[in-house]
Amino acid sequence: MSVYLLRRLIQAGGVVLAMSIIVFIGVFAIGDPVEILISPDADQMERERAVAALGLDKPLWHQYLIFLGKAAQGDLGRSFVFNEPALELILQRMPATLELAFAATFGAILIGLPLGLYAGLRPNSVGSKAIMAGSILGFSLPTFWVGLMLIMVFAVQLGWLPSTGRGDTVEVLGTRWSFLTWNGLQHLAMPALNLALFKISLVIRLTRAGVRETMLMDYVKFARAKGLSPFRVTFVHVFKNILIPVVTVTGLEFGSTIAFSVVTESIFAWPGMGKLIIDSINVLDRPVIVAYLMIVVLMFITINLIVDLMYSVLDPRVRLESK
Amino acid sequence: MAEPMNAAPTLEVRNLQTHFFTRGGVVKAVNDVSFSIARGKVLGLVGESGSGKTVTGFSIMKLVDPPGRIVGGSILFQGRDLATLSEEEMRHLRGNRIAMIFQDPMMTLNPVLRIDTQMIETVQAHEKVSDEDARARARDALGMVGIPSPDERLKSYPHQFSGGMRQRVAIAIALLHRPDLIVADEPTTALDVTIQGQILAEVQKLCATTGTAMLWITHDLSVVAGLADDIAVMYAGRVVEYGDVGEVLDKPLHPYTHGLIGSVPSRNKRGVPLRQIPGMTPSLLNLPEGCSFRARCPRAAEDCIVMPTLHPWLPDRLARCHHPHLEEVATA
Repeated sequence: MSVYLLRRLIQAGGVVLAMSIIVFIGVFAIGDPVEILISPDADQMERERAVAALGLDKPLWHQYLIFLGKAAQGDLGRSFVFNEPALELILQRMPATLELAFAATFGAILIGLPLGLYAGLRPNSVGSKAIMAGSILGFSLPTFWVGLMLIMVFAVQLGWLPSTGRGDTVEVLGTRWSFLTWNGLQHLAMPALNLALFKISLVIRLTRAGVRETMLMDYVKFARAKGLSPFRVTFVHVFKNILIPVVTVTGLEFGSTIAFSVVTESIFAWPGMGKLIIDSINVLDRPVIVAYLMIVVLMFITINLIVDLMYSVLDPRVRLESK
Repeated sequence: MAEPMNAAPTLEVRNLQTHFFTRGGVVKAVNDVSFSIARGKVLGLVGESGSGKTVTGFSIMKLVDPPGRIVGGSILFQGRDLATLSEEEMRHLRGNRIAMIFQDPMMTLNPVLRIDTQMIETVQAHEKVSDEDARARARDALGMVGIPSPDERLKSYPHQFSGGMRQRVAIAIALLHRPDLIVADEPTTALDVTIQGQILAEVQKLCATTGTAMLWITHDLSVVAGLADDIAVMYAGRVVEYGDVGEVLDKPLHPYTHGLIGSVPSRNKRGVPLRQIPGMTPSLLNLPEGCSFRARCPRAAEDCIVMPTLHPWLPDRLARCHHPHLEEVATA
């Protein structure tokens, strides 16, 4: 187990290094931040001084080595715009995004699993056909449009829910959370639902397919032949088997939920990382973009590792031992 | 064990019909099947793939999945007609008074649940017993089917067992409530001959000591010869021959049984091409008129266009044929 973990960590280090090179070159290719940051009236002297101060006068490989050296000490550079450490800037906004992503993921499981289970157990009923049709909508409607419609209906027309912001927050463990206050929950509901919509559909389809496949297995028929109650057959014998793919996919999806919460955060003015990255891209704030992408990479690696570990808990046939 | 002669059999199946209502039409998988099994006896149900033997077994368990449905006949288990029982009443019999063993031991145990979970839940499904008592019962059952160090093996997962061991576990699960009837659907087909021999010997011993009746579904005539008391031969959803296992295998009446026994390789002489029954089983979707075996039968005549009945040609010997092999019986 520890050998396995060590090997995974070394692999993770390699991925981070490779990613940092790609990101660095990619950001360099997007455009020159000097054009945006320095006022057009500035003369040649001022310009050169500013470029030197930002370290943009050195060749790309030199810039990269400086970045790497500082990154090893936990410094991912300073934002050109805010003149604050990029890492700090992102970490400040991370709880808001994590809160949104967790709410969306749990919502997707809480709504998707029962619906998928129902659709799988009663594949020919009207209800399950409606669920499957709904899941197609969830897959195909664009997030930004659904977000705008949600605001139109629930905030503008009905006035039930607030349209933007995080609402009242409570400070726990040094960070502010919305879900602990009623007002915060109201603010969280719409963006979370908007972000969850695609995942709900995904969980429904995965669960339904898993149930339909598992129900045909001999071991389910054998469980019935043992005289077990339908409840136990469904919720122990079938459920534990379908959890394996569902956990894998929702786990991996969690990373993309964080990465792609950009759209939802922009629509609902949710002050998270996604909104920060969009603003930073607009002004070519390179250190923030690079730091954000590095953090997302790290997050994906961590999530993958957790998913693999959970896999071994759910499926006894998977053994995490070095061969 | 002396049984009163007039005792009701443990299982009596009368004119059972199980049909599958598919888009292509009605598949008459089981079409008028009758047999009975007395206490402590083993009936071998023999036939080719697709002859309806497995569906017969599942019909008795009432585990036929849609679009399949029992459409006629009765299944009398200790005098009660299972065909009329509700699902809930049936559930109390399954695994309790009637147990089933499946064909493929690699697939019958749930891969993500430990053996103890799968055994204890079976005990507790039918009796209110504590976890420790249920565990003790499970351990004893594993010991009974010859699994070494059952206490440790209870904590294992199915993938940690070999195929033969898994089938033993499945048999142990079937035995947990000392059922009155076991439906065994080709339980040894997937196993090595040595393991098969051990399991057959144990099953035989158990039937004799506990008085459990057994329906042994198989296509392997040598297994039936060694294990069963009676034999029912199925062809295209119907029983075509029924009687004492020794007599039927020695002097088969029905041409199909005759061909089936002739097809066993060990009976053929070395160097001579193996004997076989020409042709294939007819589609159950579109059975020919009259005797279903007519097209492949060497003795078929014009009167075979009329479906023969299961006729008692000899005492306690039934055959569904207009032209049975009576002359061989006479000369023997």
